[in-house]
Amino acid sequence: MATSKAASTAKKAPPRRSRKSKTATPVLYDATFDELLEFHRQMLLIRRFEERAGQMYGMGLIGGFCHLYIGQEAVVVGLQTAMQEGDAVITGYRDHGHMLACGIDPKVVMAELTGRAAGISRGKGGSMHMFSVEHGFYGGHGIVAAQVPLGTGLAFSMKYQDKPNVALTYFGDGAANQGQVYESLNMAELWSLPVLFVIENNQYAMGTSVNRASSEDQLYRRGESFRVPGKQVNGMDVLEVRAAGEAAMKDAREGGGPSILEMKTYRYRGHSMSDPAKYRTKDEVKEMRETSDPIDQNATRLLETGKITEDQIKDLDKEIRAIVQEAATFAQESPEPALEELYTDILVEA
Amino acid sequence: MAIDLQMPAMSPTMEEGTLAKWLVKEGDSVSSGDILAEIETDKATMEMEAVDEGTIAKILVAEGTESVAVGTVIAVLAEEGESAEDAAAKGGSTIVDAPASDAPLPQSSPFAGFYVPCSLSPVLGEGREGGSSAATPEIPAGTNLVTMTVREALRDAMAEEMRADERVFVMGEEVAEYQGAYKVTQGLLDEFGDKRVVDTPITEHGFAGLGVGAAMGGLRPIVEFMTFNFAMQAIDHIINSAAKTNYMSGGQMRCPIVFRGPNGAASRVAAQHSQNYASWYGHVPGLKVVAPYSADDAKGLLKSAIRSEDPIIFLDNELLYGRSFGVPEMDDFTVPIGKARVVREGTDVTLVAYSIAVGIALEAADTLAEQGISAEVIDLRTIRPLDRATVLQSLAKTNRLVSVEEGWPQFSVSSEIMAICMEEGFDDLDAPVLRVCDEDVPLPYAENLEKLALIDADCVVKAALKVCYRD
Ligand SMILES: Cc1ncc(C[n+]2csc(CCOP(=O)(O)OP(=O)(O)O)c2C)c(N)n1
Ligand SMILES: [Mg+2]
Repeated sequence: MATSKAASTAKKAPPRRSRKSKTATPVLYDATFDELLEFHRQMLLIRRFEERAGQMYGMGLIGGFCHLYIGQEAVVVGLQTAMQEGDAVITGYRDHGHMLACGIDPKVVMAELTGRAAGISRGKGGSMHMFSVEHGFYGGHGIVAAQVPLGTGLAFSMKYQDKPNVALTYFGDGAANQGQVYESLNMAELWSLPVLFVIENNQYAMGTSVNRASSEDQLYRRGESFRVPGKQVNGMDVLEVRAAGEAAMKDAREGGGPSILEMKTYRYRGHSMSDPAKYRTKDEVKEMRETSDPIDQNATRLLETGKITEDQIKDLDKEIRAIVQEAATFAQESPEPALEELYTDILVEA
Repeated sequence: MAIDLQMPAMSPTMEEGTLAKWLVKEGDSVSSGDILAEIETDKATMEMEAVDEGTIAKILVAEGTESVAVGTVIAVLAEEGESAEDAAAKGGSTIVDAPASDAPLPQSSPFAGFYVPCSLSPVLGEGREGGSSAATPEIPAGTNLVTMTVREALRDAMAEEMRADERVFVMGEEVAEYQGAYKVTQGLLDEFGDKRVVDTPITEHGFAGLGVGAAMGGLRPIVEFMTFNFAMQAIDHIINSAAKTNYMSGGQMRCPIVFRGPNGAASRVAAQHSQNYASWYGHVPGLKVVAPYSADDAKGLLKSAIRSEDPIIFLDNELLYGRSFGVPEMDDFTVPIGKARVVREGTDVTLVAYSIAVGIALEAADTLAEQGISAEVIDLRTIRPLDRATVLQSLAKTNRLVSVEEGWPQFSVSSEIMAICMEEGFDDLDAPVLRVCDEDVPLPYAENLEKLALIDADCVVKAALKVCYRD
């Protein structure tokens, strides 16, 4: 049968790979000692930064909503250590970890949390709304799932400009139920966009567990009807994250199109500072902390190399605590924004 | 160095709380992540975790103590290598207050007039007849007033209507098992079960549309948006599906649905979570828009809204949830939609407000009284249909009017109030109508800027003095 011209131009090139989702076949990244140490440093920085942010919230130095990333550190560290120059990161309001893993100075992040002029958004955005174009970090978005089409658009711009880059688009298990996620998956596959959809499945959306909100709770399969392949990954293991992330990013860079990585992870704290987390048992949290903590697991691996002692790991912790302390002091001592700032940056051409 | 452990703030609005329980005692060593104490707020019980490692040197506030102000030092922690006695004696480091920015206030008066050109549209209102000068609807003499919060009043309204009408159900994010993100639906799941109190996925466009369909199918949905900011995901269904159907179907297909949730600025939640949608929805024919201030109005109006045959936008305000008012103890207390309320009578100037701004107007009226100016305060209560008669009657009495609104100035409810005064009350005006609105900027996060951006009683006093030519 002859195909009409219209039909043949509308058809896209045949997929170059299997578009099937895969169940987890764990592959671990083969890290050098230095890499392991770097993963450790980065995860610990996020952990200590978040603990301090939580404390400063309690002291009234941080206001509004503040969502901590404690427990999920392996996800951003595993993925973002595989990033290349020109890649982009975009996420929701639980964004402090993503920023630190982008290499943004903890001082300016903390100063944004305290709403000071030295903050990365000059004190005008706060915890949920932070950005750094310089570091390829496109936010920091307060509306659940809004970042998903935005990340797809970042990928569109990369492809349009023939850049060999990837847009890492993070969203939660709860966000995965918003319609715009599926509109994005469809366009991303249709146009073969270099976007990596990272579902941070920490098992709860506020007080709602995944299976109470999702008819298909195996979220890596959510792209199937759009032919977007997905993979489930143990998001508590930085090496597994890194291996899966690197493969998916390589594929996207080479024109293979989008994919989904479902990161199975866990948040130790409540949804935000004001969530008493009554919807899960203390034992559940305790067990996660004791058996699956990403930082503890990595520490064990470090020790197994025989190249570092427990005391040296403790010293590293002290070093990180000092960095965080410095950020906290900076964030408390910096002045508030000048009152004129109220009227700046509303329009570019006022 | 010793570290002070302070009473933590557990939510954006918490100022004090009860130290319910200590889970550690003096001499215990703790490390980060350990739970130190349980703190109770008006909304929940929360755990306080340790951040630093060390030994509890001294407990300064005993468990069971109520009303402990946020920031109070409740215990002292000795760090590694430091003796508990030393730490307890020294106390810890103190928090440094933010150095205030001493830059002068920029020259932009929050009540500077935006002069809107005269609208030539015909006046469709029924003029000055039929205004409700009655302060409250019919309440039998001797009715007992029960003090309750706005939060409880809203819950009671829903519960009463659900008891009375099987078709009424509540749907939204975290409304059931979590008891509401702001605890407004507390207890409803227990009483009515999960058929009628439905937790939804995070899918506003989907469940708003589904709610509209359910209303078309004969039910009476109450769709809760966790906040109205998220209803922007769903605004197409609210306007294109809910508001227009009755008209387009020649009156065949009704849409009796209530969309409700907190609206307006909360506390430090910044631009994407702090918006007042009253004028957005007030713009749309086919909707009714309600925005109460007090608990009695919240209850009476929500009951009327649930019974209405039309789609209703019911705008709560998070900062009002915890405030208490007297609510008439009656079997079936309702407040009619579309009637404003004179909450304070006066003769010199009229302050028109709705929702949280009513409290600000009342505060300003107190200050004005000290200066010999008698202000009349009107709570619009309903934004659409707007009770122009009550506004115009008051204007005829005072000849001066200021509109007070926690929201942006341009194309606001205030703009409409000003237009009405000009179109229909021109001869009664002794001064231009002024509006006191938030600054015309996205709401900033920083504490000082947020304060500057939002209206307060001082601005209202200034505007009132101006229209009285007393500034
Ligand atoms: C459109 C929209 N609806 C509701 C909210 C309120 N909200 C903020 S976070 C959240 C839960 C999201 O859960 P998930 O996507 O799993 O991400 P997590 O918080 O677990 O990282 C909700 C309901 C919002 N910010 N935006
Ligand atoms: Mg989640």
